[in-house]
Amino acid sequence: MTNGHHAAIAFDRVSKSFGTKQVLSNVSWSVPEGEAVCILGRSGTGKSVTLKLIIALLKPDQGKIWIDQDDVGRLNGPHLSAVRRKIGYLFQDAALFDSLTLYENLALPLARLTQKSQGEIDEVVDRVLGEVGLAADKAKMPSELSGGMRKRAGLARALMLEPKILLADEPSSGLDRITAAEIDELLLKRKAEHKTTLIVVTHDVHGARRVADRLLVLDRGKVAAEGTVAEVEQSENEVVRKLAGSND
Amino acid sequence: MTNAFELTGRVSLFGLRAALGSFRRPFEGEQIIRQLSDIGSKTLPLVIASGFALGAIMSFHTRSTLVMFGATAIIPGVQALAFILEIGPLVTGLLVAGRVGSGIGAVLADMRATEQIDGMESLSIDSFKFLVVPRIIACTLALPVLTLFMDFSGLAGGYLSEYATSRLSLQLYMFRAFSHFQWTNFWPPTLKTCVFGFAIGTISSFFGYTTNEGAQGVGKAATSSVVLSSLMIILLDVLLIKVIFFLFPESAL
Repeated sequence: MTNGHHAAIAFDRVSKSFGTKQVLSNVSWSVPEGEAVCILGRSGTGKSVTLKLIIALLKPDQGKIWIDQDDVGRLNGPHLSAVRRKIGYLFQDAALFDSLTLYENLALPLARLTQKSQGEIDEVVDRVLGEVGLAADKAKMPSELSGGMRKRAGLARALMLEPKILLADEPSSGLDRITAAEIDELLLKRKAEHKTTLIVVTHDVHGARRVADRLLVLDRGKVAAEGTVAEVEQSENEVVRKLAGSND
Repeated sequence: MTNAFELTGRVSLFGLRAALGSFRRPFEGEQIIRQLSDIGSKTLPLVIASGFALGAIMSFHTRSTLVMFGATAIIPGVQALAFILEIGPLVTGLLVAGRVGSGIGAVLADMRATEQIDGMESLSIDSFKFLVVPRIIACTLALPVLTLFMDFSGLAGGYLSEYATSRLSLQLYMFRAFSHFQWTNFWPPTLKTCVFGFAIGTISSFFGYTTNEGAQGVGKAATSSVVLSSLMIILLDVLLIKVIFFLFPESAL
């Protein structure tokens, strides 16, 4: 699957370093369309870098990253823009534009990248905000939203262009278990209703077990384990077992 | 020294990219108006107050000297020339560099640190075009207008000072101020502030947009924006005065 022809996303011997620090080293893995993969790993093992490589916010030093038929590491300009439109990205701290209201945050990509009329944009924004339970808050500024609301708002914005692939960087970080579970439910609903491919970076094993069809464990820049939750739990690698095991 | 050359090169390329970007669609009219409004609301009171005070101060100083030669009648003319040729453009540039330049540097650096710029790129929005180009255009357009306010308030301060000392009428003050004035004395120094505005917008945006030091980078970007913008305005002023004298020799009074 590493040639990317049958996968939504495929990493083919990808390496990435920052200065002398090698973050990813010759990493290969792939995700079929419509599947949910949770990436686990200790801090600094390249989980968030992996997401940024997928959406080409970073370029790999070596290797190829396939999104459908496109090697995103080599794309620029309109071609890259076209691939990015297939991908939604929920940032760790939501990354909402703090000078815009919640409505403006969501309407911005539609206004700039589609031919929709103002009425159609309003309709889409209202629908998506309703789906994430923020319909009454669209006039608020990001600074007026709680942590959970910001995550949901970030998720709503990531969904505005109807992406085929949704990347989520620690969607439950800083949230209580109930709110974290609500975010997970929203991700699962999206996957079930739209066959969206999910890539979720998380430290929350409970969340990973809820959301993931498969787990990918990164350690020291390499794939330490890959498979279903049950398969990964049987790993001989102690770090993998500690990361993937239930910590109740 | 190598670093200075490298920085100059990078800032120049950044400015060139912005200049070329300003001619590409979409033209970001809404963002430009938003930035103009932001610059105006932040800077206009500062410019008017500073101009008024500088006008009054200049009147005090020139009067105390010229009175010894019995030449107080030329005070309005000296003030008008000084303000329109140099004080207005230069002080406005420095005020905008301090007030707006630091703001642009800090805001863009904060957006970088909080991944808002990455967020924009992830949505296929050209963050450079959306964030940087409108700020540079707004600074370029705002500076000449703010300079006019500085000139006007400077002359107003000078007049009030003269009126308080000698009961000089407004008509006579204006006559003496502009009797030897030509348009070529007025518009080249005023329009040279477009270059100051472009420099402030480019330098401030550069430090904010390209930082990669997280929260620490916000303070650094704000400081670097002010220091380098202010220095660049003074250096550009030297160059632009020579250019103006070369292109408009009649303006060299």
